[in-house]
Amino acid sequence: MAKVKYIAGKEPHAKEHRMIFRNVDREGWDTSLATYQKEGGYKQLAKALKMEPKAVQEEVKAAGLRGRGGAGFPTGVKWGFVPPNNTKPVYLICNADESEPGTFKDRYIIHQDPHQLIEGLIISAYAVGAHLAYIYIREEFPEGAQILETAIEEARKQKFLGKNVCGTGFELEIYVHRGAGAYICGEETGLIESLEGKRPYPRIKPPYFPAAMGLYLCPTIVNNVESLCHVKHIIDMGADAYGKLGTPRNTGTRILCVSGDVKKPGYYEIQVGKVTMGELINDMCGGMKEGRKLKAVIPGGSSSKILRADEKFTLKQGDKDVEIGIEDIPMDFDSLMACGSMAGSGGVIVIDDSRAISWVLNNLNTFYAHESCGQCTPCREGSAWMKKITDRIVSGNASPEDVDTLESVAYNIDGKTICAFGEACSWPTEAMVAKFRDELIGDTDGKNAKRPVSKETQEAAKNLKSLTT
Amino acid sequence: MSDDKQQGVPMVNVQIDGEWHQFPKGTRMIEACRQVQVEVPHYCYHPKLSSPGNCRMCLVEMGMPPRLAPGEEPVKDKDGHQKIGWMPRPVIACANAVAENMGIRTDSELTKACREGVMEFLLVNHPLDCPICDQAGECSLQEYSAEHGKGDSRFRDEKNKKPKNVEIGPRIRLDDERCIMCSRCIRFCAETVDDPVLGFTDRGSHTVLAVHPNQQLANDYSMNTVDICPVGALTSNDFRFQMRTWFMKETSSICTSCGRGCNTTIGSREGTVFRQTPRDNNEVNSAWMCDHGRMNYHYLNSEARLTDPMIRKNGEEAHQVVPWSKAIRFAADELLKFNASEVAVIASGRMTNEELFMTRRLIAELSVEHVDIVLRRGKADDYLVAADKNPNTAGAKLVLGLKKPGGELAAIQKGIESGEIKALVVLQENLIDDTDFTTELLGKLDFLLTTYPLANPTADDSHVVLPGAAFAEKDGTMINVTGRLQRLNKAHQGPGQTMEVWEICRDLILAIDGGNGIYGVDDVFKEMAGQIKAFAGLTLSKVGDQGLPLLKTKLTVPMLEREKERIAKGEIVG
Ligand SMILES: Cc1cc2nc3c(=O)[nH]c(=O)nc-3n(C[C@H](O)[C@H](O)[C@H](O)COP(=O)(O)O)c2cc1C
Ligand code: SF4
Ligand code: SF4
Ligand code: SF4
Ligand code: FES
Repeated sequence: MAKVKYIAGKEPHAKEHRMIFRNVDREGWDTSLATYQKEGGYKQLAKALKMEPKAVQEEVKAAGLRGRGGAGFPTGVKWGFVPPNNTKPVYLICNADESEPGTFKDRYIIHQDPHQLIEGLIISAYAVGAHLAYIYIREEFPEGAQILETAIEEARKQKFLGKNVCGTGFELEIYVHRGAGAYICGEETGLIESLEGKRPYPRIKPPYFPAAMGLYLCPTIVNNVESLCHVKHIIDMGADAYGKLGTPRNTGTRILCVSGDVKKPGYYEIQVGKVTMGELINDMCGGMKEGRKLKAVIPGGSSSKILRADEKFTLKQGDKDVEIGIEDIPMDFDSLMACGSMAGSGGVIVIDDSRAISWVLNNLNTFYAHESCGQCTPCREGSAWMKKITDRIVSGNASPEDVDTLESVAYNIDGKTICAFGEACSWPTEAMVAKFRDELIGDTDGKNAKRPVSKETQEAAKNLKSLTT
Repeated sequence: MSDDKQQGVPMVNVQIDGEWHQFPKGTRMIEACRQVQVEVPHYCYHPKLSSPGNCRMCLVEMGMPPRLAPGEEPVKDKDGHQKIGWMPRPVIACANAVAENMGIRTDSELTKACREGVMEFLLVNHPLDCPICDQAGECSLQEYSAEHGKGDSRFRDEKNKKPKNVEIGPRIRLDDERCIMCSRCIRFCAETVDDPVLGFTDRGSHTVLAVHPNQQLANDYSMNTVDICPVGALTSNDFRFQMRTWFMKETSSICTSCGRGCNTTIGSREGTVFRQTPRDNNEVNSAWMCDHGRMNYHYLNSEARLTDPMIRKNGEEAHQVVPWSKAIRFAADELLKFNASEVAVIASGRMTNEELFMTRRLIAELSVEHVDIVLRRGKADDYLVAADKNPNTAGAKLVLGLKKPGGELAAIQKGIESGEIKALVVLQENLIDDTDFTTELLGKLDFLLTTYPLANPTADDSHVVLPGAAFAEKDGTMINVTGRLQRLNKAHQGPGQTMEVWEICRDLILAIDGGNGIYGVDDVFKEMAGQIKAFAGLTLSKVGDQGLPLLKTKLTVPMLEREKERIAKGEIVG
């Protein structure tokens, strides 16, 4: 394959391994099918269609692909949950709701390389036996939806979709469905309800595990945009070669979205676990902003638990326990989990010493209070309550006991709700209170006004008010 | 929900609060607990509706035996139970089913903490205006907060403001600040009566229950939402602020506004009925009743009630109030003046079997040949409402031995026209308003007697007018359209001198021939059971609160059929 030339100023960092983002910011690249096919586009589809669907599944399983949407669940295993004696239609849904704060990767795939997604989607549909697939795209990506529609139309014209895909008799249609603007539509059962035309109220599990009872109560597989793209590369490289990318149990590449107080925020595709937090921040992102020090990192999207810059973590290396600092954490699923957080959606939010944790937490609490679907009691009432408390903390109207209340409210939500939003909204509070209790208590008695809060933060905080309904 | 062990369903061993029990596989955890008298607090769960699992009040600690490695044998204690591995995460008891060797703890620290947490959350935005809330006294929020709540509040922030006092339909009012968003009302409308007009708008703690724009909650079952609303968010325009619930006497009875005979609870106080609410009966009305039937009690409290016996002698203009003894004597003497063939009796499908039976005895006493009832046919719906608007047509047919109810009325009219019929006894009917009998026709009679609860034109034309008790004022039985024998219980004595028709007939028979051995309604039933085969072996008390199947009909109840289907699909518990 030709060496890829990137748009000046947007070249990938040397430590990146561009696979999914190979064509992002690429000189001379566009979203047309012709361009995609010039580089072997849809060849992997042809290859997959020659395999048995089960064999494609096995390949994905063997490659060790873990979902890039948040939970990191093995994709091949998930596909295997469709009941063996199933007689109902099977649906495949591409989750393009990308709404976890701090996450901005799927949008680039959709905007710059839509056919990669469509090819991955068709192969995956073939593997799970779906003849109807949906791309559920968030409302805020109108252009992305248009690009996908166009790409699907092109693919259909070339018989990559339709009644007789590539002349094999396999039948598949893909529909793009636009959401109406709610974070909870990213939760797979909420998404399914929304797709059915209802409010996106997540379903209880059991009994509504999507792989058995999903869309229209038929077996349904929901995968993230990036996950589906990986499927194409697994077919291309074979499970063995793919499995050599990254680290054991944490295979392949993944896109990290870095935001916050670094010099060069942006997206970086790495081999999973081959880059540490320190390399990511200091090398790839050009380090912290001038004169600032690292205070904390939220490593896997806003819901993941915050890591303190001066924290010590214990990781297993071989059968030894080793103590490491934040900069030595390998950016992979298992290591971040072992450090008490998670790789989540790949959104790395870097926080420097100019930020007050109360503001950070209030920002997130405002988001979660606004986005709770409101279906179940603990999350509905708790998320709003936490926001009301941190509102008072940032405005200096709280008392130290409020910090305790805040923490116990979080624990009263965690583990007691219908969907994982309950954890998503309570973990930031749990972790920030546990790790920054003194600072938060210090903020309660009005000292906050004197705290070094950056200008940007103050500006942002003003804007936050408009979010407050 | 029947507690009977279902045939063919395997049983599983389940430990609840330390005690082992057996339940049919598939039983929901909450129902299993209920069966062994362990109450799991709940708001959103309703056995007749789908389970969204949204309130989280029913969270309990749950455990299962540890997963076995391949080939590993389970270790069992001497009673054959495996050790339970308790899960750190609580589960909802309403939507999960019991499984072999499951453990449930409803009294553990974890379970208690969950309940306390959920209660606290439910109250943070709740107005706590119980003193002015109509639900007070039958509010699950009040009950559970006393039982499972913390007592004091840690909430120091402002409560959300939401719409109050919204008319969402002709009979229903909504207070959104009190709504705990359990979605029962939404599910009832959508699932049970196919009228999905309710829904939530906005999200998070700003979620509000609302009726769709340009729509109303106006279906004929709308008031059931008030019953199932666990709090005071939905109130009935008819009942709100009429009476504090704890002051009311509750009487189990049935609705008599159509042939379904929905089981009810009458709420009354000192001779006034304040409301009727449906009472569960899985053979009749499930847990529901129609609004029409529910509201059809106001006439009981009406100014137009007949309260005293009255007579009008020939030639007199106005009726005179007289004591019962005098009215009965007068009526008996009048009736005795006619030959058997000159007398006709029109009874009512609204009368109890006991009233009908005493009517039958009166008919026999006078050897009357022309006997009938007034038919009331209307429209059935797809749920409960029956086409027969009489509650006891089947009883009238059976007890009076009518071949074709309603078939004799024309002949009676003809007989009056021709002068062959000279005396007419009308029991609990108003012929002029409800049939094509006219004042002119009735004017041809030499003697007309009516019993009825309300003043009416037929009574106006009568020589003897007797105040007959209405449904809430009666003890007795009726047979509904599917052939089920059901009991009415007396909430209170009717106004003034009102009597039940069986008593009136008893006294008339007494006045005619001097003795009949009937004193109470039990005596009537006993004698009826002796004489009419269908009742053989029964007593009033055997009929019980839930009634019993008496006559075989092939009829089914659309609402129940639908619910059976949903039970079979596992959508509802039933
Ligand atoms: C509150 C919430 C929001 C979520 N939002 C997204 C999202 O925007 N995009 C996404 O791919 N997954 C999201 N998820 C995860 C999905 O539920 C689901 O696990 C995922 O799409 C599965 O894809 P994967 O296995 O390929 O990772 C969210 C989950 C929760 C609980
Ligand atoms: S946890 Fe929150 S977002 Fe999820 S169902 Fe409950 S209220 Fe909705
Ligand atoms: S109005 Fe009542 S029944 Fe309806 S959702 Fe609110 S609390 Fe539940
Ligand atoms: S269906 Fe008939 S019996 Fe039932 S409440 Fe309505 S009128 Fe009364
Ligand atoms: S009763 Fe509401 S969640 Fe179980």
